[in-house]
Amino acid sequence: MELVGKSNKKRKKIKHWIPFYIMGLPGMIYLLINNYLPMVGLQVAFKKWDYQKGMWFSDWIGLKNFEFLFKSQAFRITRNTLLYNLTFIIVGAILGISVAILVNEIQSKQFKKIYQTIILLPFLMSMVIVAYLTYAYLSPQTGYINNILEAIGLNRISWYSEKKYWPFILVFVQQWKTIGFGMVIYLSSIVGISKDYYEAAELDGATKWQQIRTITLPLLKPTIITLLILQVGQIFRSDFGLFYQVPMDQGSLYAVTDTIDTFVYRGLMKTNNIGMSAAAGFYQSVVCFITVVIFNGVIRKVNKENAMF
Amino acid sequence: MYRESRRWRIGAHIILMFMTLLALLPFILLIIASFTDDQVAVINGYRYLPEKWSLSAYKYIANEAETIFRAYGITIFITIVGTAVNLFLTSLLAYMLAQDELPGAKMFNFLVIFTMLFNGGLVPTYLIYASTFKIRDTIFALIVPNLLMNAFNIILVKNYFRFSLPKELFESSRLDGASEFQILKHIVLPLSKPIMATIGLMTSIAYWNDWQNGLYYLNDTKLYSVQNILNAINTSVQFLATNSVSGANITDIPTTTVRMAIAVVGILPIIIAYPFFQQYFVKGITLGAVKG
Repeated sequence: MELVGKSNKKRKKIKHWIPFYIMGLPGMIYLLINNYLPMVGLQVAFKKWDYQKGMWFSDWIGLKNFEFLFKSQAFRITRNTLLYNLTFIIVGAILGISVAILVNEIQSKQFKKIYQTIILLPFLMSMVIVAYLTYAYLSPQTGYINNILEAIGLNRISWYSEKKYWPFILVFVQQWKTIGFGMVIYLSSIVGISKDYYEAAELDGATKWQQIRTITLPLLKPTIITLLILQVGQIFRSDFGLFYQVPMDQGSLYAVTDTIDTFVYRGLMKTNNIGMSAAAGFYQSVVCFITVVIFNGVIRKVNKENAMF
Repeated sequence: MYRESRRWRIGAHIILMFMTLLALLPFILLIIASFTDDQVAVINGYRYLPEKWSLSAYKYIANEAETIFRAYGITIFITIVGTAVNLFLTSLLAYMLAQDELPGAKMFNFLVIFTMLFNGGLVPTYLIYASTFKIRDTIFALIVPNLLMNAFNIILVKNYFRFSLPKELFESSRLDGASEFQILKHIVLPLSKPIMATIGLMTSIAYWNDWQNGLYYLNDTKLYSVQNILNAINTSVQFLATNSVSGANITDIPTTTVRMAIAVVGILPIIIAYPFFQQYFVKGITLGAVKG
């Protein structure tokens, strides 16, 4: 009797869960198509791509694609991706924290809101728009900067073909677009710091600078570390829009603008080098996975709440 | 002490005014460039104070209004449909994952989180959508790939369902005989408006700004969204400008001001709407920063 009761209960239980499975099904199907099939599809990196046969039936060729990749641009695209991301992370943290501290100093609510809103505006724009704005300044013929250069008697610069300027341009543009993002995040932690600390410090005669060094920055440390580690975990992924749109895909600039993502895109869509492109993509996916897992482990140690898993 | 904090405040105002100016000046140049006389722009370049103002760029656009309207129609359509389907899929899946005792819950959670760690990347994604699902040159190309749902939002919503809603409410409704779909629709979602609004806003912005799906999957210019049109103009003028470095003359291109005017038309609605959703945008960013 007891046994029957138990299995009845179990059946009831399963029946109870069926609606939930139905609810989760569409989302899981989407993840299967959008995320899991491409993971399986990474095998194309080990195949000789053939349009007729498609990605599941092309012939295996072992590591050939990777040989080509590492003989050609692997070093260049890896170096560019890492160095740019590292610069973005460091400069972004410094600027983001500075602006957040300054906004926090503002007493007037209206001004505070105006500053925040406008500084965040570029973050709302797509990279296509950012490319237009950059072009308005850098266009060799009609750009604002060349006008100024000419007006003060200097030579015009053909911005879109001289690569030496691009590391600075890209860092400037990236920071221009994302500084508001850093500001918002750091400000949200600064606002959470109790006013009592500052009042006590003021009574002790601490200067503003001392207050920032001894109160604000130490209390921001968890946020700073978390954000840094999260960003470092993604260091092998570049912002495709930034590196594709802003330099307008100029071949003469590739030495300093080509990253893993733009390289993969070009191989797939422009130069029809799908094997090498797939190899570069595979290389990126794997290295990304390793760094994300490592740095997530680091986050778990530092601040468990912020770990992804 | 008082004087010091006053000095600080004035310093902060000066630096922040400089920053706001820096943020705004490119947009101002873009707008002024679009109202500049084309000939003047070609000769003098883009300036903050052009010698001659003109509406000719906008007159040109008015003649091309059909293209622009169509592109706007597509942008609005994909933004609404994409966001609606995104919220639908996300809330349903999050509701399933929020059930701790559900058999297999751990595995499903892992399957969701794993997509944030490992990712097939562009090549296999493109090949699967383009050749297996034949998505090229259909409206689905702008809606389905990558933007329709993401693991991060699912976890955000799941945690909201789990920790921010009173558990007793579910239990009593279940006892009253309500189905799970009814509970989700009539109890959970109305109580989850803040998180759904934030995620909905961030998703809408992602669809509104997206140009990559169009770049990968569209040849048919009739399906171009506003961003795709802007991207196409950028690419073709870029092509001419590149050649002109080696001899050809860019003054033959009448698009010096028109391209700027189209960009203005492209960003105007979002700039006008921005002050109204700014606080939710900020909230979306801070929510996203805690994780991810």
